[in-house]
Parts: sequence; C-alpha cells; structure tokens
Amino acid sequence: MKQKSLFRRFRESQCFWPFVAWIIILAFDAIIDPTFFRLGIIQDPVYGNHLYGNLVDIFNNGAPLMLVAIGMTLVIATGGIDLSVGAVIAISAAMGAVLINPALGNQLISNEILTKNATNTPLPLIILADLAAGTLCGLWNGLLVSRGKIQPMVATLILMVAGRGIAQLITNGQIMTIYYTPYYWFGNGYILGLPVSIYIVALVLILGWILVRKTSIGLFIESVGINAKSAYYSGINEKNVKLIAYMFCGFCGAIAGLILSSYVHSADGNNNGLYYELDAILAVVMGGTLMTGGRFNLLASTIGAVVIWTFTVTVYHLGVPANALMAAKAILVLVVILLYSDYMRRFMNRISEQRGAKHETTN
Amino acid sequence: MKQRIKFILLRFGPLLLTFAVFVLVYFVGGQLYPAMKKPQVFFNLFINDSSLLLVSIGMTLVILTGGMDLSVGGVIALTSTASAVMLREGASPYVVIPLMILIGVSLGALMGWIIQDLKVQPFIATLMGLFFARGMAYIISLTSVSIKNPLYMKIALTPIYIPFFEKTYVYVTTLVGPIMLLVAIYISFFTRFGRTLYAIGSNEQSAILMGLPVRRTKILVYAFSGLCSSLGGIVFSMSLLAGYGQFASGMELDSIAAVVIGGTSLAGGMGNVIGTLFGVLIHGTIVSILQFNGTLSSWWTRIGVGLLTLIAIGIQSVFYIRKKRSDKTP
Repeated sequence: MKQKSLFRRFRESQCFWPFVAWIIILAFDAIIDPTFFRLGIIQDPVYGNHLYGNLVDIFNNGAPLMLVAIGMTLVIATGGIDLSVGAVIAISAAMGAVLINPALGNQLISNEILTKNATNTPLPLIILADLAAGTLCGLWNGLLVSRGKIQPMVATLILMVAGRGIAQLITNGQIMTIYYTPYYWFGNGYILGLPVSIYIVALVLILGWILVRKTSIGLFIESVGINAKSAYYSGINEKNVKLIAYMFCGFCGAIAGLILSSYVHSADGNNNGLYYELDAILAVVMGGTLMTGGRFNLLASTIGAVVIWTFTVTVYHLGVPANALMAAKAILVLVVILLYSDYMRRFMNRISEQRGAKHETTN
Repeated sequence: MKQRIKFILLRFGPLLLTFAVFVLVYFVGGQLYPAMKKPQVFFNLFINDSSLLLVSIGMTLVILTGGMDLSVGGVIALTSTASAVMLREGASPYVVIPLMILIGVSLGALMGWIIQDLKVQPFIATLMGLFFARGMAYIISLTSVSIKNPLYMKIALTPIYIPFFEKTYVYVTTLVGPIMLLVAIYISFFTRFGRTLYAIGSNEQSAILMGLPVRRTKILVYAFSGLCSSLGGIVFSMSLLAGYGQFASGMELDSIAAVVIGGTSLAGGMGNVIGTLFGVLIHGTIVSILQFNGTLSSWWTRIGVGLLTLIAIGIQSVFYIRKKRSDKTP
C-alpha cells in the first residue's frame, strides 16, 4: 500500500514526465546501439582510475547546462526570464582565463609564458573572481528587473547583447587557451571514479534545495511568481526575492562557465555557452515549471537538462553533424510543446477518466 | 493647445528622441571622422543594413502584438543557403525567389499557429523556428555555397546612382528594405489589420471581446515577419553572392535591439515602424564609426548596442508611464 503511494507521489510530481522522456530516449539508444550503456574503468595517469562511458559523459558534459537550468528555474518561478546566462558563462570563463594568464596587461603573450603551467594568481582567487563576476551580472539583471521595473526579457536582453562584448573585452578579443593544470580539474577531474562536475551539480542542487525548501525563500519565490502584487500586500519584499533569484541564476551561470572553460581548456567570448540560455529555458519548461511563474521543482529542471543532453549525445551518436543538431533539437521542442499543450492534456485526462470508469465497473 | 502639444510629445516622444539620437550619433561620427560626412557613407548604412532593416520591420509588427520572433536569423540562413544550392543545381531565379518567400511565409505562419492555437510562448515557438531553420540550413549544406547565377550577379552588382549627389549609389537590393518599410507603414497605420495589431498588443483580452479577428491577425503577423526575413535572406545572399548556415547569427538580437531603440515597447501596443528605421540606422552608424576608427574592435558594437538599448528602455519607461498616467486622467 505504501509502495503504491510512493509511486503515485512520483507519478504526480513534476519529475515524472521528464524522467519518462529520459527513459524513452535511453530506450531508443539501447535499440540503436546496444553498446551505448557500456561502462568501463580506465586507468588515467593524471586523474587515477575512473569510470568512462556514454552515461558518464552525458552527466559530465551536461553539468554546465544542469547548473544553468537550476538557476533559471528560480528566475522563471518568479515570473521572469534570464536571457543572459550564455553571456554570463562567457564572462565568467573569460575572467578565469585572464586571471590565470600570467602575462597580464599589454605584455606580449608568448608560447613560452603560456605553456609554463603556472599562474600569478592563486587558484581560490581565480574561482572567487569567476563566481563574483557571474553573481555581479546576476545582481545587475536583478536590479534592472526589481528596482528598474523593466520587463525581465528586456532587462536581461541588454546583458545578452552586451555580455559577449564584455567577455571579449576582458580577453582582448582573443580565444585564450588555458595552460594551467589545476584549473582543468573542475571539468576533467574525478572524485571516487566519478567526474567532479557531477559533485558540483549535486552540491548546487542541495544548496538550492536547502535555500528553497528549508528556508521560506522558496515559498516567497512561488508566491511572487503566482501574483507579485498579492505577495507584496502580504508583506513579502518581492523586490529582494527577485533580486536573489537573479543573483542565484548568475551564480549558477558562473559555475557553469568555470566548468565549461576548464573542460575545453580555453575561454572564447563568442562561443562559450552559446545558446545555453535557450537550452536552459527548454530544460526548465520540460521540467514542468510554467513560464508564467509559480510552482517549480529544481530536480525536475535538472532532469530536463539531462534529457536535453542525452538527446544531444544520441543525435551525435547517430552521426548527425554538430551543426545540424539544431534542427533535431527543434523537433524535440515541438514534441515537448505538443506533449505539454492543452490538447494533449485534455486527451490524457480523457484516457485516465475512461480507465477510472472502467476500474469502477470492474469493482 | 497645450494639451495637444503634450499629447503629441508623449505620443511621438520616443520617436523624436530616437531621431535625435541618430542625428547626434551621426554628427559625433562626422566630427570624429570627416570622411563620414560624405553622402555615400550615409547611403552605405542602407546598403550594409538592408537585411537588418527588412528583418526589423517584420519584428516591429510582431513586437507590437506583444510577441517576439527569434527565428529571423535562422530564416535568413535557411533561405540564403537553400537558394544558393538551388541556383548551383541550375534552378531558375524566377523559381527560386518565390519559393524562398513561400518557405519564409509558411514557416512564419506555422509558428504563428503554434503560438496561437497551442498556446505556446512566442519566445519558445520562434526559438524552435530558429533552431529548425538554422539546422536545416546546415543539413542542406555544411559549407558556404557561392552563387554564380548571372541574374543574381547582375542584380547584386548594378549600382543605382542617386540624383543630386555626385558619385553616390545604392544597389537594387538596398531598395527592398525601404519599399517594405513603406508597405509596413501603410499596413500599420492605414489598415484594419494594423489597428488590430495595436489593439492586441495593448490588451489581447479586450481585443477578443471587441470581436477583432485576433487569431487570424496573430498568425498573419508572424507570416509577415517570415516574409520579411525571407526577403532579408534573399537580399543577404544577393549582396554576398553566397549562402551559408552561419549567416546572420545573432541578428535576432540586433533586430530586437533596433526595434527597442526605435521606441517600440516590448510589452506591445506602443511604438511604430518609422522608429525602427532609425534604430537600424543607429546600429549601422555605430558599426561605421567603429570601421572608421579601425583600432576599436568589433565587440564595441555589441557593448554600444547594449548601452543604447538600456538608454532607450529608460526613455521609454519614462514616456510610457507618463502616457498611461495622462490617459487615465484626461
């Protein structure tokens, strides 16, 4: 009896549909390529023994998207949207690369300096600067939205347009290659055989969960998302709630930028985190959070991000060129839209009603 | 009289300000780089930004309904690539051009239908359009395809000399944008369709209650935007004589920024197409100032456009809040 109620709770939670979608994609993979799920242990001279395989890759490479999706969930739950996360990723990556680069200022960057595998800035400071840059971007967005009373889409559009320019300004327009091995650890390292990025995602997820479920902020966010005015009249400081949501989103974007730049060993203002904002929004929508705000679920959004990344890996697996992936993604979006549309919902309701009726008659 | 002036100021304030900003930016450019005072440089703005202008016209009408069309850059990529490949395979331009327009219009109408009937946010539906169109462009050809069709080359390379100015010319493709602008001005100011656009943008619910054809109008406006972007794609492919899936990446942002700088409110219902022209011209002026400078890098365009958008939004919020207040207390 208890088992059933647990299943029902899962069935009725926001996590159910994205999870089903994930299972469907994985099943598709299993049919196409039975070796898709093969996991192995590789002995890596740098990072020690660790797991490898497609599943590990999905989680490792998808980590930045999951992080961004977690941040985006809070923003969308307040009834806003953050279009600037891709730019925030680029800014954070650029910040890290510039600080690592020992040749500061106008000093000529030679190959000799770059490959020295050393930096003048201590690693904690680099990370701190990364995170601070992202959070500052979030603060800017949050101030524009909450204090400036500008529509979220417009307010974050400004940083979306200008942000990549700022990132290029930081790196002086170059694609900066990073030759500093300790920095690689975030995207390529392993703890207990699993990628570091998974632990980072888990940490942020737990942090977010504590923030929204163990303090009252989660409730505030939902109430602001459902009706900002009534939240204001019930004594909630909706401005600060929005500010916190945007700052958290910027913070998550910064971590994603850190992992992403560490993963590819470089910072490119133009291409770091390109279209991440779109993927993240898609992940949140897939996670069942309404774009109009209100009820949200961080885990569901994370699963949504996993679904998107699994889909990406699957499409690559089929041998579709990377650039054509977009068309496949569009079809995925269309399917998701159709599944979440009112037509489909009515259709599903009718089916479940019929089944319920049948159930009664057999009883 | 005083009331009337106030009304006009509040109504056309953003437009006048955009115009003033354009004049100011151009004047500053002219002071910094005397070569910018040549009339050809001014007409170069139209030549260089012809497809941006086209795309922004469609975008303005969509934004007036409170929507958004992110697919414009994708449609440009798709139409340019598809037409380049078709011309390479020997198809006649008289077949290719109508076909490209048909693609744009039908894609736009499809997105409009999804937005209207499936109740999907315009942002997401047109995003899907962007992904789809760009992806299809890459599926058609992964590399850049050059166009060697004689008609295309003839259209692309024939200058039209402007009367009264010496040695000043534009191309045939440049004229498409201003013509569409006139069409859009006519549509938005003098037709029932245009008034319906404003009504939907101001309050969709009351537009429905008034019995306006909201559904048809919304689908049509996205189709119109598709038309504009497919024309933009044709112009783009003609002026570069090539087609590539990477063309016009990020143009949706430039276009939205141009519309916002032009004084159109992203909430819908306020603004007009004429402002968009100046928004596009401001964008072009910033780019040409950077080109004249030579030492400043391309990213300053983005930062500049971002800053201007911010300023434009600030101006708008001041004006529109006042307008609303004055509407309420006549």
